[in-house]
Amino acid sequence: MEPQSQLLMKEKTTETTRMSGSEAVMQSLLKEGTSIIFGYPGGAIMPIYDALYNYHEQIHHVLTRHEQGAMHAAQGYARVTGKVGVCLATSGPGATNTITGLADAMMDSTPLVVITGQVVSSLLGTDAFQETDVVGVTQPVTKWNYQVRRAEDIPAALARAFYIARSGRPGPVVVDITKDAQINELDFNYQPVESIRSYTPESPIDFHQIEEAAKLINLAKKPLALVGQGVVLGNAERELLDFLEKAEIPAAWTLLGLSAMPSDHPQNVGMLGMHGNYGPNIKTNEADLIIAIGMRFDDRVTGDLTKYATNARVIHMEIDPAEINKNVHADVPVLGNVKKTLPLLTAKITNNDHKDWLAEFDACFRIEFNRIIEKEIAPADKGLRMGEVISKVSSAFDDDAVMVTDVGQHQMMGARYFRFKQSRSVVTSGGLGTMGFGLPAAMGAKLGAPDRPVCVFVGDGGFQMTIQELGTIFQTKIPVKIVLLNNNFLGMVRQWQELFFDKRYASTELINPDFQTIAKGYHVPAVKVTDRENLDDAIRQMVETDGPFLLEAVVEKEGNVFPMVPAGASVSDIRLE
Amino acid sequence: MKTPDKEEFTLSVYSENQVGLLNQITTVFTRRHINIESLTTSESAISGIHKFTIVVFATADHIEKLAKQIEKRIDVLKVFVFRADEIIHQEVALYKVSTGSLLGGNEIEKLVRQYGARILEITPEYTVIEKTGHKQETQELFEKLDPYGVSQFVRSGRIAITKNKKELLESYLKKLETDQTQLN
Repeated sequence: MEPQSQLLMKEKTTETTRMSGSEAVMQSLLKEGTSIIFGYPGGAIMPIYDALYNYHEQIHHVLTRHEQGAMHAAQGYARVTGKVGVCLATSGPGATNTITGLADAMMDSTPLVVITGQVVSSLLGTDAFQETDVVGVTQPVTKWNYQVRRAEDIPAALARAFYIARSGRPGPVVVDITKDAQINELDFNYQPVESIRSYTPESPIDFHQIEEAAKLINLAKKPLALVGQGVVLGNAERELLDFLEKAEIPAAWTLLGLSAMPSDHPQNVGMLGMHGNYGPNIKTNEADLIIAIGMRFDDRVTGDLTKYATNARVIHMEIDPAEINKNVHADVPVLGNVKKTLPLLTAKITNNDHKDWLAEFDACFRIEFNRIIEKEIAPADKGLRMGEVISKVSSAFDDDAVMVTDVGQHQMMGARYFRFKQSRSVVTSGGLGTMGFGLPAAMGAKLGAPDRPVCVFVGDGGFQMTIQELGTIFQTKIPVKIVLLNNNFLGMVRQWQELFFDKRYASTELINPDFQTIAKGYHVPAVKVTDRENLDDAIRQMVETDGPFLLEAVVEKEGNVFPMVPAGASVSDIRLE
Repeated sequence: MKTPDKEEFTLSVYSENQVGLLNQITTVFTRRHINIESLTTSESAISGIHKFTIVVFATADHIEKLAKQIEKRIDVLKVFVFRADEIIHQEVALYKVSTGSLLGGNEIEKLVRQYGARILEITPEYTVIEKTGHKQETQELFEKLDPYGVSQFVRSGRIAITKNKKELLESYLKKLETDQTQLN
């Protein structure tokens, strides 16, 4: 048997319909519940676009201005909906332009199915026009990838792709389809994939591990829960709160765990890591038990691993076995989906309270508030600060908007000062830190959550990496609210230059275009604010405007994000200034 | 802090028979800058399942993480990690010498007998000698033959069989079936 048909293990069943490979792509997408795709046409994917022309009522195609934009939009869509984001791109440059989005989705566990066109199979390997070894170049940045060279393999390949993308720890999948496979006919019959022999999406639950974890929790005097995106991906927000509340365990979150629990929950002690809150960082080394829930101990969270959680035993609840003991040794690993393991653990722990321990976090928060937060969100000095803009925008949306961010200072400020009532309200590039992510991701987020306000914070650097997506926003009429925090600098790099490179501002100052004129060119209403007096009015105007809006706030040129754990330092060495 | 010592490990990787699998496996090593000492691949005893035998020098801590990263690839079934004392392993080496040097005296013939090697082919121009064994043994024979002129010398990667009484892959496949029932 030829490997291709062997892998896909097609079952011959009763009812089939004769159709082209391209139509089979459409039918397969419908079977998987796809109603929106993001993409950009080109030579090798034209048959699929041609088929799409007949399906435009069932499948909304969003034409972006660059394949990277399509990828981030699909990511934004997937992150707010929990569904698989779908992208189309052509061969060669179309496919290579998806790489950044793939790498980003891989790091941040975002389910995507990316369909790329490929040259005709007889030309494979001949350096044909727009030929790239897509399976080769995307291999390290995909959960799975596959090249389809025969029309009859399309349904099975896509069924497998969707199953892999959404199951277990989600991730991006690429299906590369040769042009002849798109054109040739097949007998269509769709069999959804429910298991793959060589793939274990969720480990079976080990009840012994649950018992051991419960013992540690019941004995702990100073437990600290670290909440990651696993809670959101597993839809386990309720299970998380039940667990935390039963033993009154303080909970801190990673950047991607943000919004998994409400901002005003009494046990929410703030953000972990490099620009996280003072309490959760400093207390990491005082805790006697760390309960990591669906998080992966990223270096931006842990700082120096040899000086991390020095007094604590560690329980690591995680779906991906490769994360156990990768960075931090787990005394008790609890493998599996936290949606299932958290309730089992909650049942085994005793009711408890940790009033004094929680009070220590409050004390830390007061220190941080006096030294940093107050000056950032209610400054007395003249210039506008990022924190105050973000905090006011959050209030203007009644703390119930979806926040999308680009990458840099404004991202950390957004994570610190935006407030959340419900889960799946944050779309940000965490692991890869992709500048240019924000604007296109916001488009996808808004299309995924049309009934919620979607607000994207971008810096003047990252905005210009994907600024052409304003064209998509105009054409597709996507009512996203864009808040440009303009300091005419690549602010985060400048901050590091100030602190660690003797203020040698090498290539971080930006001479910017007039963003108001650019917005005008794209027919996006815009307003520019330079003074505090005009900020509230501008925000009101943004909120009240139907459709997209650009609010440009010119902020302090040399504002810094604090607190800060310098790269490679211990979380105990967090700097307040 | 003292860096942990590197040891020799043999990895048995079982996968579906897929195009591009080798690349998926080797990039895991490349990412961590670990050099592969030897690699052999072939269909396993179970039809449709491929086996890779990979020898590397690494720390025990590294190898545990590597194995998990490889296992994470969708089409990889299972990775087993062995230290040298847990396996019986073998390599094969071929040596091409001129038939003239063989006829010049009985030294080569002596070496062939002494090292348990055998002669595969003799032509008027050249003779091919084969030896199986561990790397140091095939290397030693090469060094002994070299003075007589070895025009070609090749050595295969390692193949290995476990000393374990239980057949690991089969037990694993059985466990998969039980887990599947538990999950459903």
